[in-house]
Amino acid sequence: MSLLPLTFLLPLAGTLVLALSRGRLGPRSSAVVGVVSVGLAALVTAWIGWHFVDSGVGGVDMTLWTWLSVGDFRPTIGLRLDGLSLTMIGIITGVGFLIHLFAAWYMQGEAGVTRFFAFMNLFVFSMLLLVLGDNMLLLFLGWEGVGLCSYLLIGYYYWTEANGWAAFKAFIVTRLGDVFLAIGLFLMFRELGTLNIAEILQRAPEVWAEGAWQAQLAALLILGGALGKSAQLPLHTWLADAMAGPTPVSALIHAATMVTAGVYLIARLHGVFELAPGVLYLVGLIGAVTLLLAGFAALAQTDIKRVLAYSTMSQIGYMFLALGVGAYDAAIFHLMMHGFFKALLFLSAGAVIVSCHHEQDMRRLGGLWRRLPLAYAGFVVGGAALAALPLVTAGFYSKDEILWEALAAGHGGLMLAGLIGAFLTSLYTLRLIIGTFHGEMKSDNARHAEPGRGLVHGLPLVVLAVLSTFLGAWIHPPLEAVLPTSPGAGVHGAGHTVLGIVAAATSLVGLGLGAWLFLTRWRWLSERVSTGWAARLWWLWHNAWGFDIAYDRLLVRPYRGLVRLLESDLIDRLLLLAAWLAWGLHRGLSLTQSGKMRYYAATMAAGVTLVLLVLVVSG
Amino acid sequence: MSGVPMEHGLVLASILFALGIAGLICRRNMVFVLMSLEIMLNAAALAFIVGGTAWGQPEGQAMFLLVITLAAAEASVGLALLIQLHHRYKTLDVDAANRMHG
Amino acid sequence: MEIAFYLSGLVAVLATLGVITNTNPVHALLYLIVSLIAVALVFCALGAPFAGALEVIVYAGAIMVLFVFVVMMLNLSDTVEAQERAWLKPRIWLGPSVLSGVLLLTLIAILWLGDGGRVIEGETLTAKAVGSILFGPWLLVVELAAMLLLAALVTASHVGRLSSPAGSAGRREPDARKEAS
Repeated sequence: MSLLPLTFLLPLAGTLVLALSRGRLGPRSSAVVGVVSVGLAALVTAWIGWHFVDSGVGGVDMTLWTWLSVGDFRPTIGLRLDGLSLTMIGIITGVGFLIHLFAAWYMQGEAGVTRFFAFMNLFVFSMLLLVLGDNMLLLFLGWEGVGLCSYLLIGYYYWTEANGWAAFKAFIVTRLGDVFLAIGLFLMFRELGTLNIAEILQRAPEVWAEGAWQAQLAALLILGGALGKSAQLPLHTWLADAMAGPTPVSALIHAATMVTAGVYLIARLHGVFELAPGVLYLVGLIGAVTLLLAGFAALAQTDIKRVLAYSTMSQIGYMFLALGVGAYDAAIFHLMMHGFFKALLFLSAGAVIVSCHHEQDMRRLGGLWRRLPLAYAGFVVGGAALAALPLVTAGFYSKDEILWEALAAGHGGLMLAGLIGAFLTSLYTLRLIIGTFHGEMKSDNARHAEPGRGLVHGLPLVVLAVLSTFLGAWIHPPLEAVLPTSPGAGVHGAGHTVLGIVAAATSLVGLGLGAWLFLTRWRWLSERVSTGWAARLWWLWHNAWGFDIAYDRLLVRPYRGLVRLLESDLIDRLLLLAAWLAWGLHRGLSLTQSGKMRYYAATMAAGVTLVLLVLVVSG
Repeated sequence: MSGVPMEHGLVLASILFALGIAGLICRRNMVFVLMSLEIMLNAAALAFIVGGTAWGQPEGQAMFLLVITLAAAEASVGLALLIQLHHRYKTLDVDAANRMHG
Repeated sequence: MEIAFYLSGLVAVLATLGVITNTNPVHALLYLIVSLIAVALVFCALGAPFAGALEVIVYAGAIMVLFVFVVMMLNLSDTVEAQERAWLKPRIWLGPSVLSGVLLLTLIAILWLGDGGRVIEGETLTAKAVGSILFGPWLLVVELAAMLLLAALVTASHVGRLSSPAGSAGRREPDARKEAS
């Protein structure tokens, strides 16, 4: 257990080595440092996990030192290892290691490999701090750290201006959520007098009654932070643009780990949310709405990474749905499975993109399945898991559990949304695979695709593909001691079986319809969506229901207008009004100093007359 | 013999004063300006005399003496200025000497 | 006595009107003298013959002679008269006339509203009474008047002195400084 700090110190050491080398390390050794540090962290994690599960204790606390001490406020650099954080660090270091390994292949020949791996290691460090911190302040530190790394890595190709804007957007939108989270922390400290997570969970029910407004507000504020980080409505707009970064970044940060931090946060603070049932239901509702809207949006994307981005939003919507119905372990389980298969999909996409000379538009790919068999296999396995192909894939088990929990908790509407979402998932997954790998090759880039070679390229794909099948579903995260039992746990009636069959049927029908549509009717579909109302619908879906445009109209433009107004120093002008007044009066007075004696005499006479008139009238 | 009401004397003084001030304001020639000033001073002196005689007191006439002194002083200084004006600007227009305007 | 007062008052007003409307400086001066003599008559009618005598001697005599001298010295010719006529346009005199009209009405209103009723009987206040008060309790005022006259004398002799013929408008200030020293 004493090795626990090593998990995040190793990536930190990797970052420091890479950052302090100041480019003296070559791309090869940079990749080695970056991969090895995370690999060692993964080994340490495996060792710790082995011992932790073996020992059977509920959780281990480790206080390294007191961070600061101000009166009663003394947050520590303290770590908490329990089933939840172990699951998370397992995903972060394990999947993170595989993605780093793949990135070593992906980044070959790119500029600034050292920088890339320094940021990636820093991200792993921050993310581990986020999930291991035993108090909210340390969690918040990690939370901001991953936000920073996300910004840095989205803007990795900074020489293209659009990427810089995408990074800005991601940073600012998530910062909006972080402000809510920070205020939530203040509120909790004010009300509960502590930021230690265990103490918060212990004191919250003592201090707050169920449904107390403080509890509602705290839960709402934390939810705000989670929405920003996890790209849920209404703060979801940044994730699609975040695909501007290198594909391993999308796999690690924007699919497997960082975007699921919101799910982790809510699961971690489940005690607070239990006290605010209304907010908890809101969580589920937001999840359901997001998974539907993002599912439709994914149907109309042409960039394969954007399809995956909307699919990520949709899948995190499932997790929020699970949280909302109180099935925290189902949410975490789906988080883990999603980490596997979405990382696999992104890495496969990365393989396709590199092989096809950085072509990532579906309209210019196609027919690649013969040339890129490994990437194709990755897409098929990952896509099957994403679409929850019954029995053989990991996604089926996690998604089925969520749907069952929703039904068991009595939220039939949410369950229905999940089913429709599953149908949409099948459709857009098949569209993605068929559009990319079948049909004719639509550009020279596709025709001259060069398949990736080597262990560094193949190993991550193979391992993740194995984890995305039912073998991955065998991993049982030890969450019982941490999270409350979900409503559907232990109930295995006929309802569960029926629902499983319905879900499986939905998925299969979706896949079948998708196969028929996209294999035989692709051309007809493309023509259909270019005219009439279908074109308008397509446009709406392609722009993800126009959220970006609406935000631009409602927020960005008025803000810019305001800024432009203030740019001219409006307040200053207000202050200058006094000066102007004085100046104007001076001008007026100096006009009276005409030097013409007659005017002086006239004004004097007028003044005297006025005084006398006043005397007469008043007297 | 009923005598003159005091108000009539003061009204005469007011009329003369108003005429003087009108002349002062509307004339540009400095000679006329000075003459208007004399008229105004004279009107003020008349008011003193009227007041003094109305009460039967000699102070009115004493003040008249002061006013006439002032008028003499004013006339001498004013005429000296007039000569300077004419000498420097070759005109009697008082508006010509407005170099100190703000 | 009343007839003398009202008649000479009327003459004074008319003559003063003549002063301020005339364009010829010499004519205006003559009108002014008429006006002053009329006022002197008013003084006599009111019973202040000493003041009337002083008015004639000092005002109409000395001060007006000063004016006449200056006008003669400057040799104000017909061009001045034409210029005066050009300056005396309704646009110019209308405003001042209205202003002084308002002032006059205000003054009359004040007189009207004041507690009147006092009548000037016309009893003569002799020079003796005036002299005894001047050189009795008002002695200081007489001294002040003397000093005022002295100051006027000095000022007039300084200001009225013509500096060098080249002393034009442009070199006024250096000249003034030289004179002050």
